[in-house]
Amino acid sequence: MNSKLERDPQLHNHRDLETVLEKPILAAESLSLWYGASQALKEISLSIPERRITALIGPSGCGKSTLLRCFNRLNDLVDGVRIEGDIRFHGSSIFDPEVDVNGLRRQIGMVFQKSNPFPKSIFENVAYGCRIHGMNRKRELEEVVERSLVRAGLWDEVKDRLHESALGMSGGQQQRLCIARAIAVEPEVILLDEPCSALDPIATAKIEELMQELKERYTLLIVTHNMQQAARASDYTAFMYLGERVEFGETGQLFVNPSEKQTEDYISGRFG
Amino acid sequence: MTRRKLIGDSLTFLTAGALALDIIFVIAVIVLIAAKGLGHFWQKDLIELKLNDGRVYLGEIWNRESNPDAGTRVRLKVGNRDVSGTDFIWVDERQVEVQTIPVNAVLVERSEWGNFYGYPVAIRHGDRILAEGSAAVMRRFGSVHAEKSRQLQRIHEIEKDEIGDVNFQIEKLRLTLRRVELGGGDSAARAELESQLDAQQYRYDRLVTKLESLNAEFESERLVLETADGIERAIVLGHVIRLVQPNVLSAVDAIGLYASRIGEFLTAESRESNTEGGVFPAIFGTVMMVFIMSIVVVPFGVLAAIYLREYAKEGLAVRVVRIAVNNLAGVPSIVFGVFGLGFFVYLMGGSIDRLFYPESLPNPTFGTGGILWASLTLALLTVPVVIVATEEGLAAVPQAARQGSRALGATRFETLWRVVVPAAMPGILTGLILAMARAAGEVAPLMIVGMVKLAPTLPVDGNFPFVHLERKFMHLGFHIFDVGFQSPNVEAVKPMVFATALVLILVVLATNLIAILLRNRLRRKYAASAV
Repeated sequence: MNSKLERDPQLHNHRDLETVLEKPILAAESLSLWYGASQALKEISLSIPERRITALIGPSGCGKSTLLRCFNRLNDLVDGVRIEGDIRFHGSSIFDPEVDVNGLRRQIGMVFQKSNPFPKSIFENVAYGCRIHGMNRKRELEEVVERSLVRAGLWDEVKDRLHESALGMSGGQQQRLCIARAIAVEPEVILLDEPCSALDPIATAKIEELMQELKERYTLLIVTHNMQQAARASDYTAFMYLGERVEFGETGQLFVNPSEKQTEDYISGRFG
Repeated sequence: MTRRKLIGDSLTFLTAGALALDIIFVIAVIVLIAAKGLGHFWQKDLIELKLNDGRVYLGEIWNRESNPDAGTRVRLKVGNRDVSGTDFIWVDERQVEVQTIPVNAVLVERSEWGNFYGYPVAIRHGDRILAEGSAAVMRRFGSVHAEKSRQLQRIHEIEKDEIGDVNFQIEKLRLTLRRVELGGGDSAARAELESQLDAQQYRYDRLVTKLESLNAEFESERLVLETADGIERAIVLGHVIRLVQPNVLSAVDAIGLYASRIGEFLTAESRESNTEGGVFPAIFGTVMMVFIMSIVVVPFGVLAAIYLREYAKEGLAVRVVRIAVNNLAGVPSIVFGVFGLGFFVYLMGGSIDRLFYPESLPNPTFGTGGILWASLTLALLTVPVVIVATEEGLAAVPQAARQGSRALGATRFETLWRVVVPAAMPGILTGLILAMARAAGEVAPLMIVGMVKLAPTLPVDGNFPFVHLERKFMHLGFHIFDVGFQSPNVEAVKPMVFATALVLILVVLATNLIAILLRNRLRRKYAASAV
């Protein structure tokens, strides 16, 4: 054991990486992806531990967002994408033709880099996913909306204006609304694609705090540019470079004592 | 540096000037039309002119014209078409000896023969004299006229509603009978229908008798008037719409008269081959046609735009289609009219007649121009506008919103239906506004697919099924043309042209305003689109 780990109470509580990864909730298995002729992901294998926060870091264009979008098959929407390898969700392939993609996306929610509330009321934004998946009764919807907004730490700020447009909220509020929208459908995993890159430090701190609460219930996978954020907020970190997974480990371990030269160069600011 | 600044400044002035010019023209159009149109309803003084050759004229001064050789001449509206044969005369001002504004002079607006200008003499009932002398006539006229108005209303009720209903029933029975005959139906049913037909015929005969006695009573009172040169005329008092003494009107009465004339113009049917009366049927026809067109054009245009923008793969085919759609907007409208005649009226209407109305053939039901075919023709004409505006609206919905919806597990269709189309709604409404404005102003294609100068009935009435889409209709645009240029009395109706044009502008403005309010409401609902 690393001495740093023993001194850090948060990390000290963690089981070993191996134990956590015995039954990962999501696992990429030698996943390669091409946009047309150019390869964006190269044989990536990565296991995502359940109810933990895993961060994907790496320089721009290293494929971390692309990898993230593989987990909910959002890349299916892009023309000319070809994928090899596999991703297993609870042990079964998400690329199986039997898999209902829309059901999968319900279980694996996503929050985007730029907040993208729908041009609807706050209430309708949160209720949207539930309506799509067949919930229609007003009472139930009201419960879900309240619960989701409470979990997203937004309820007190918006409870008096639920039926006003979501586009009138501040950037940080909009992003938390997007999180509320994602958790309203009770997913197991939430993918966060640089959720704080457009926010000020206070809004960023709120989201990071929220992530710590959310990991009680959900598995979080976050792409971030911001290494401090990864160090502060995540339990595990994967470093990617030029479409390859360079290193994966406990966040403390990876930042304090990286095993790869490239990782060390990146986190010490020598490139990227 | 200064030279470059100079060029920049003058360019600013150039652009500002161009805009100012545009605004001035728009304002000029509205002011001119409003002034000319609204002035028509204001009552001018009646002038009596005694000429040096002994002729005497009473009338309103219409306009003056100066001629360097012959001095100034005045055009006088003298009315009394039944006496003198002409509504207007020219008077050389040098011939005028005396010009007076006689207190007793009256203007009679009547339902036949146009205005009468003269002096009241008496009101007679048969040989009995009810009132004699100017003051007595004016006093007595109100009560008699009110009675006549009630009778007239009753006559209209019988004519339009009761006889109209009987006619409708008879026609229906006749057609049912014909259908039974065509189908070789049994004689019992036929006898039943024939007895019903007899009953209706009996009802009809009784109504006609009643109508005749009412008409006789209605026409019993006469208003006797004298023209400026002393000829007496007895006018059926019931035919008088207004009796006014313009030269002694108080300000309040003058305004009342003005308002009442505008009210009549907006709510009454036209008389005297559209040269008098109101434009209500034309307003109704225009609005209803635009309404039906909107109902048709929005779904078609929006669906087509959704396919083009959301489903079709960008490529040569889509580009060609898009160019074709844009060019469709540039096709001369009369071409659409010809197409509407050939396709809608003859082909579709003809087929509908053969299939559903064989009993009324050879009289066409849908196989002739009507408000439905006119609306469809205009829908075709305006669908490119809706497609283009909708496509722009769809393109403005950010990809992020679509991805957000897909990431929540919504299908492509659900995303489209619940997120994209609602967000594009303001754009769609913009398209609708443009389409409505275009449709309301279009005249040429309508002339061959169902618009007429005088429609006997509105396309909506009290007879089942209440909305009669096969009927011909009147339209403000065509009304302007017809009144202004096809009228037997061009000079008298000139102001009507402007007034009708003003109404058309207002109708377009009102429909647009409703759509714009709706659009703003939607925009507010979805807030200042920050996405």
